[in-house]
Amino acid sequence: MFETLTDKLEGALKRIRGEHRISEANVEESLREVRRALLDADVNFQVVKDFIDSVKSQAVGVDVLKSLSPGQQIVKILYDELVLLMGSERADLQYAKSGPTIILVAGLQGSGKTTFSAKLARHLKEKGRLPLLVAADVYRPAAIGQLKQLAASIDVPVYSGDETSPLRIVEEALEHARKNLRDTIIIDTAGRLSIDEAMMQEIADIKDRVRPTEILFVVDAMTGQDAVNTAKAFHDRLDFDGAVLTKLDGDTRGGAALSIRKVVDKPIKFVSLGEKLDALEPFHPDRMASRILGMGDIVTLAEKAQEQFDEKEAEKLEAKMRKNQFTLEDFYAQLQQIKKMGSLSSILEMIPGMGKALKGVDVDEKSFVRIEAMIMSMTPEERRKPAIINGSRRKRIAGGSGTSIQEVNRLLKQFEEMQKMMKRLTKGGARQFAKGLMQNR
Amino acid sequence: MGFLDKLKLTRLKEGLLKTRDDVMRKVSRVIRAKRKIDDALLDEIEEILILGDVGVATTTRIIDRVRERVRKERYEDAMELLRLMKEEVAALFEKSDVRTNGIAIEVPDGARPFVIMVVGVNGVGKTTTIGKLAYNYRSSGKKVVIGAADTFRAAANEQLEVWATRADVDIIQQQHGSDPAAVAYDTLQSAIAKNADVVIIDTAGRLHTKTNLMEELKKIKRVMGKLMPDAPHEVLLVLDAATGQNAIQQAQQFSLAVEVTGLVITKLDGTAKGGVVIGVSGELGVPVKYIGVGEKIDDLQVFDSEAFVDALFEAFSAEEDVAE
Repeated sequence: MFETLTDKLEGALKRIRGEHRISEANVEESLREVRRALLDADVNFQVVKDFIDSVKSQAVGVDVLKSLSPGQQIVKILYDELVLLMGSERADLQYAKSGPTIILVAGLQGSGKTTFSAKLARHLKEKGRLPLLVAADVYRPAAIGQLKQLAASIDVPVYSGDETSPLRIVEEALEHARKNLRDTIIIDTAGRLSIDEAMMQEIADIKDRVRPTEILFVVDAMTGQDAVNTAKAFHDRLDFDGAVLTKLDGDTRGGAALSIRKVVDKPIKFVSLGEKLDALEPFHPDRMASRILGMGDIVTLAEKAQEQFDEKEAEKLEAKMRKNQFTLEDFYAQLQQIKKMGSLSSILEMIPGMGKALKGVDVDEKSFVRIEAMIMSMTPEERRKPAIINGSRRKRIAGGSGTSIQEVNRLLKQFEEMQKMMKRLTKGGARQFAKGLMQNR
Repeated sequence: MGFLDKLKLTRLKEGLLKTRDDVMRKVSRVIRAKRKIDDALLDEIEEILILGDVGVATTTRIIDRVRERVRKERYEDAMELLRLMKEEVAALFEKSDVRTNGIAIEVPDGARPFVIMVVGVNGVGKTTTIGKLAYNYRSSGKKVVIGAADTFRAAANEQLEVWATRADVDIIQQQHGSDPAAVAYDTLQSAIAKNADVVIIDTAGRLHTKTNLMEELKKIKRVMGKLMPDAPHEVLLVLDAATGQNAIQQAQQFSLAVEVTGLVITKLDGTAKGGVVIGVSGELGVPVKYIGVGEKIDDLQVFDSEAFVDALFEAFSAEEDVAE
C-alpha cells in the first residue's frame, strides 16, 4: 500500500541526505519532488499546495538534530504534518445509546458500497452485535441479489422487501429489525452522482426519515482530483460522519485519503482491502502517515496477530524460538496461524521496509500450499529433526508432496536459515527470509 | 447507420463539453485576464490541467512544449496559447493512433464472430458498458452473444442477465464459481454454432496488481484463441473517469497481460474531468473507443478524437465569440 508514494518520497529525500542544516535551497529541491509525488498520488492540488507550504515554513532553518540526518528530519516534519492532516486520532464507529444503531452507506457508483456493507456486517457480528443488512439499491440490476449472496456467506439476515421505493424499504426494515431483535441496521444504498439532484434528494429523505447513528461515505481509493468535489457534495447534503476508503489493496496511492479528510474535516473510519469479506481494517491516521513515509505499519500487524494468535501458543513458540528448538512442526503450526491473519501480501506489506523489499517479488499465496504439502509428507521425526533428511528421504518427500527435490532442498535450507535468524531476529534477517520464502516456487 | 447518426457528434459533444467546458472555461478566463504569456500564466494553466486529472507528467509535457514554442516562435499574445495547447493535446492523441471517427460500433469486415473481451478493475462499469455495447450492436441488426465470464462476484450473472434481456441478446453462463475461461470458450463455441456476428465477454473486476487474477485473464484470452486463432479481436479496458493517475498503471498492467486494444471511459456524466484520457492514451498509445455518459442503455457513445479535441477547445472559442 502506498508503495509508489513512499518510493517517490524516499527518492526525493535522498537528495538532501548528508547535509547538516536544512536550508531554503536544499529543501526547495526536495519539496518539489514531494509535491510531484503527492500530485501523482492524486492528492488534491490545493491540499498539496497547503501541505508543502506548511512543511516548508517549518523545515527551513531547522538545525538538524545530532541523531538525525536532514532527510530523517524532513521525514519527521512530513510525518507530523501528514498525521495532522489526516486527523491525529483514529475514529471509531458510533453506536446508538438506546435503540438500534443505524448505519447509512452512501457513495458513487462502483465505489464498493455493497461489498463494504457486507464486510461491516461481518465485522460487527464478530464484535457480538446482531446486524441486519438492508438492500435499498433498487436501481442497479441484481444489486439486491449481490447483497443477499454476500450476506448468506456470512450468515447475516438481509431485508429487501418487495417495495420499489428505497424509502419504504428502509422504513419496513426498521420495523423488521425491531421484531427480529436486530440491534444494528446497515443500509446499502444505490450508487449516485453528486450532481443527480433526484437521487441526492432520495438519500437525504432516507436520512431524514431514519436518523442514522452513522452515515458513511464510501470512496474508491483510486479516485483522482474529483474526490474532493464528490466528498464535499455528499457532505453538504448528508453531513456524513466518516469516510470509507475502498480498493486500497491495489497500487493506488490513495491520495484521496489525504484530501477528503482535509476538505470535509471528517475522519476516515475504515479501509477496505480486497474482495474477501474479512479484508476490512479500521483507519489509523498515524499509522497511515507512517505507512506513507515508509515506516511500515507494525502496529496493525501486531494487533492482527493479537486477534488471531492463541496467546499461549505464541508464548510457547517464543520460548522455543529463544531456545532454538523451533521445529518444522512449529513452523507448520505457525503457517496456519499466519493464514488466519489474512493474505500473505497484506501481512508482509505491514512490516517496515517490506513493501520495498518485496517490490517486484511475486507474492504467491500458493507457495504456502506447497510448503505445507512438503511438511505433511515428512515423518514426525523428520519434522522434529530435519537434519536426518537425507537424499532418499528428500526424494520421498518430493514425491509425496508433488514437488521437486530442489524445492525440498530449498525449504530445508530456508528453514535452517530461519532457525539461525531466530537467534538474531534482526529486521534484515526477517526481510531476507520473507523474500526467500516468497521465491520458493 | 441510423442509430449512429444520433450517437455521433452532437451527443458526444454534449457529454464531453459539460465536463471539459469547465476546464476550458477556466483556461480561457486565465488567458483572457492576462494578455501576455508569462510563467505565472503557464503555472495557472498547469494547475487547471492537474485539477482535471491530466497528471503531472502529461501536463508538464504539454506545458514544456508550449513554452518551447512560445520561445522559439516568439508568441506573445496569450490568445495564441490556446491554439498551441490544442495542437499539443491533439499531437498526444495522434500518437495513440486514434482514428475511429465515429464508426467504432460497426463490426469490421472479416472473421465472424467478432470477439470483444471487456476487462477492468472493480466497479468501473464493465457490465453496464457491455449491456450498452450489446444494445448498440443489436440495434444495428447484429446477432450478439454475451459471455458471463465474471463467475466470481456475487450476483454478477444476474446483473448481466438483466442487461442481456434489455438489449434482447443471448447470454451464455455457468454456475457461480465456475472457470471463467470455460465460460468464454463455451460462449465462443455457441456463437460460432449460431453464426453470431458479435461476441462480448464480460470478466470479473480485478485489481491489476493481483498476479493470479491477471493470469486468469490471460487464460480466458488464450482459450478463445484455440477456437478462433485471432480472437479476441478487441480487448476493451474500462476506466472510471473519476480515477486519478492509477489509471495509467491499470492500462499498463492490463495491456501487458492481455494486450488492450481500446479504452472505454465511463461515468463522464459526473463531475470528474476525465483528463486521465489524455495521459493514458498519450503515454500508452492505446486509443479511447467509447465513453459512458449515463446509466441508460443508449448512454454509450463512440469516442472521436477529433471531436474530443474540438470539444475540449470549443468552449473557449464560443466564449471568445461572445466576448468579442
